Amino acid sequence: MSDAVLETRNLSKRFGALVASDDISLSLKTGEIHALIGPNGAGKSTLIAQISGALRPDEGRIFLDHQEITHVSMPKRARRGLGRSFQISELALDDSVLENAMLGAIGATGSAFSLFRPALKTDDLRQRAEEALFRVGLKDQMQSRASELSHGQRRQLEVAIALTLKPKAFVMDEPMAGLGAEGSKTMVGFLDGLRQEAPILLVEHDMDAVFALADRVSVLVYGKIIATGTVQDIRANPDVRAAYLGDME
Amino acid sequence: MSLILLAEQVLNGLQLGVMLFLMAAGLTLVFGVMGLINLAHGSLYMIGAFAAAAVAGATGSFLLALMAALAASAAAGALVEMLVIRRLYARDHLDQVLATFALILIFSEGTRWIFGSFPLYLNIPEALSGPVTLPGGIQYPLYRLALIGIGLAVAVGLFFLIQKTRLGTRIRAGEADREMVAALGVNISALYTLVFALGAALAGLAGALVGAIQSVQVGMGEPVLILAFVVIVIGGIGSIKGALVGSILVGLTDTLGGVLLPELFRTLTGSDGAAASGSAVASMAIYILMAGVLLFKPTGLFGQTT
Amino acid sequence: MTREALVNGALIAGLVLVPLWAWMADEPFIITLTTRAAIFALAAVGLNLCLGTGGLVSLGHAAFFGIGGYAMGILASHAQSYQPIMETPFLINGTKSMPIIWLVACLASGLAAALIGALSLRTAGVYFIMITLAFGQMLYYFAISWPAYGGEDGLSIYVRNGFPGLNTLDPIQFYALVFCILMLTLGLMSRLMKSPFGLALNAARQSPLRASTVGISPYRLRLLAFTLSGMITGLAGALFADLNRFVSPSMFSWQTSGEIIVFVILGGTARLFGPVAGAVVFILLEHVLGGISDYWHIHLGLLLLAVVLFAPGGLLGLIAGRRKIHV
Repeated sequence: MSDAVLETRNLSKRFGALVASDDISLSLKTGEIHALIGPNGAGKSTLIAQISGALRPDEGRIFLDHQEITHVSMPKRARRGLGRSFQISELALDDSVLENAMLGAIGATGSAFSLFRPALKTDDLRQRAEEALFRVGLKDQMQSRASELSHGQRRQLEVAIALTLKPKAFVMDEPMAGLGAEGSKTMVGFLDGLRQEAPILLVEHDMDAVFALADRVSVLVYGKIIATGTVQDIRANPDVRAAYLGDME
Repeated sequence: MSLILLAEQVLNGLQLGVMLFLMAAGLTLVFGVMGLINLAHGSLYMIGAFAAAAVAGATGSFLLALMAALAASAAAGALVEMLVIRRLYARDHLDQVLATFALILIFSEGTRWIFGSFPLYLNIPEALSGPVTLPGGIQYPLYRLALIGIGLAVAVGLFFLIQKTRLGTRIRAGEADREMVAALGVNISALYTLVFALGAALAGLAGALVGAIQSVQVGMGEPVLILAFVVIVIGGIGSIKGALVGSILVGLTDTLGGVLLPELFRTLTGSDGAAASGSAVASMAIYILMAGVLLFKPTGLFGQTT
Repeated sequence: MTREALVNGALIAGLVLVPLWAWMADEPFIITLTTRAAIFALAAVGLNLCLGTGGLVSLGHAAFFGIGGYAMGILASHAQSYQPIMETPFLINGTKSMPIIWLVACLASGLAAALIGALSLRTAGVYFIMITLAFGQMLYYFAISWPAYGGEDGLSIYVRNGFPGLNTLDPIQFYALVFCILMLTLGLMSRLMKSPFGLALNAARQSPLRASTVGISPYRLRLLAFTLSGMITGLAGALFADLNRFVSPSMFSWQTSGEIIVFVILGGTARLFGPVAGAVVFILLEHVLGGISDYWHIHLGLLLLAVVLFAPGGLLGLIAGRRKIHV
């Protein structure tokens, strides 16, 4: 058995004539950051949607911690240890930053159907939420309304919510998007340390961040993984250069 | 039950179905193009019926009455679209429900204020009164047969309008992508007013036509409105084809269920009490049909899955 | 103290003082009017849980209001005629005891809400609005065509049901009961909103995807909210029937559903006392405008339009501003 925490085997998904995922086998190993890159329309979002449970694959299987999750619902995948952040923030914008983080804590502890205990005064929930906010550097914004956060801070909150789950694996969809140079640097530093806790499948457009962070990189083009390897391998790979990096340099 | 009676009930079901289609077509167009849920559509039906009854009473001409119904409901529709409805397109469904509920209150009480609480009567035109004999010896009221004909003709006309004309192209484009249409330089707010008025006119026509076989009174629109909602939910919201299929299905289910189910219960158990339960079940038949459809297709028969 | 707390306090004070004054001034009609307001408020408090916090626009809450009403009607009419409700497989008799009636009303409407919710929540948006409307209509037509309990004419109960230690026929005593139930429910609701469940339901309204990805199923949250909501509205239905000593299919009508929504929106959605404010204002308008004009619904309609178009937060939104966040 492999040491993959998260794994897809021969995943395929078609939309009519378009093959969005073409026989994708991918693994995320303990302690690593595995970056998934590819031009727009390569099928990254479709792949992420299948891994997180928003889309059913036509063929192939998905494993989390060596257990098959192909037909497991999105909430159950989360409870089994899949933490994810979104490209476009999915937050309760009317609520406080703390409440958003609390939501993660409530999900993580399975207490969503606890009806009469005040959530904000429940120590273990609050601790979990505050700790996560502290770690992403949002402690000072805890009492703000989520809608008042800057774009970058919303990104941080996304990550904090995922942290409250203490997941076995992270799937992060462009956590650097819109962060600015300073913010990106902080986020890179943060993710760098996070991989020891749980490996990260990182979809990212920011190549500097990818090259700084990734232990391995997979390149997705037209629904197919054309190469997987270390940053050096990928940089040197002629196919990748032709298909993708060529137009970036 | 004799076959003749059954055939008669099938025709009744068809007649109810095509009239529902006139209502449902407007509802579903307005939802498909503008994303608006309009509870006040039943009020436009009522306005059509009252306009027809008033003009028929004054002139004695059924044709003039129908024209008046079309004009009055289209005008009311256009007016209400420009004053209220267009402020609701960007709002959520809750606001739309509430605002159009408010419009019902205004229209109903306004009509009561103008015409009083007593029902008006609209007579079937001379030329269309009395029964005709259909093949197989079925005696059927000519007027109801005419309703089926008019309804089907409107359906064909509407399909033609949407598939073949420039206006139709814009409507279809509006369903697909609002910004796109605006980008193409179509005057979007005029298009919306037009679509809304068209839906209103269809509702008004239905009100006038049905007004001649029922009484014309305040509150007549809402039961039909709710049936039309059931129709478009079954057919898939936004789909004209779905509205047609849904209308016929609902019309037939309601009519045939009302006749057949009590009979069936009576035959099965041999008691009249069972027949009463049969009619209780029949009164719910279309809702059971709808729940059944949604169980298997949560966006209706022809609805788009998102 | 926040403005919202002040408004809430004023509402409670009004609900205590007005009937007390009416009692001393011997104005039973005013007491009955306040009782109506409190019962409508209770029905709307129920709806507010699913409509306000859950974001589920139910246009079918009349179903639960009616079921509560008929629970009272059926139990009391059997007690009145000394005919058991059923004899096989075991004997069930009617009752004139309010606590039992309330329990049955809650259970019956909760069960109906769980069933209707389980089906309806498979859909979303407009489909949800329409399917809830249709379920309400289904029960309406069923009530009309079911002859055993009065059909279209409804059921009359000669004497109001009893509560241990109280004379419920005395308007002020009956009102006191209704008031206590309303306050108790508001207290429970306040806790519910602050609980993990309330927080999750509120968040799932804004971002169902977010709830899913932290392991919380929005469907299950909503189903529970819908069920609790139906139970509260059902309890209000039983009280309403007891107030009038009469139930009829009109409790199931879609206008009833519309009016319960109006109470919520008029007062302010997703705020604890919003439905109370809405119901009180509605009754006031009905009383004042209805006294001036036979066509007061026109004014109500215009007012509603104005609220939707210009004051989407309802009365409480207008007075107290945006809902506070919790930390």
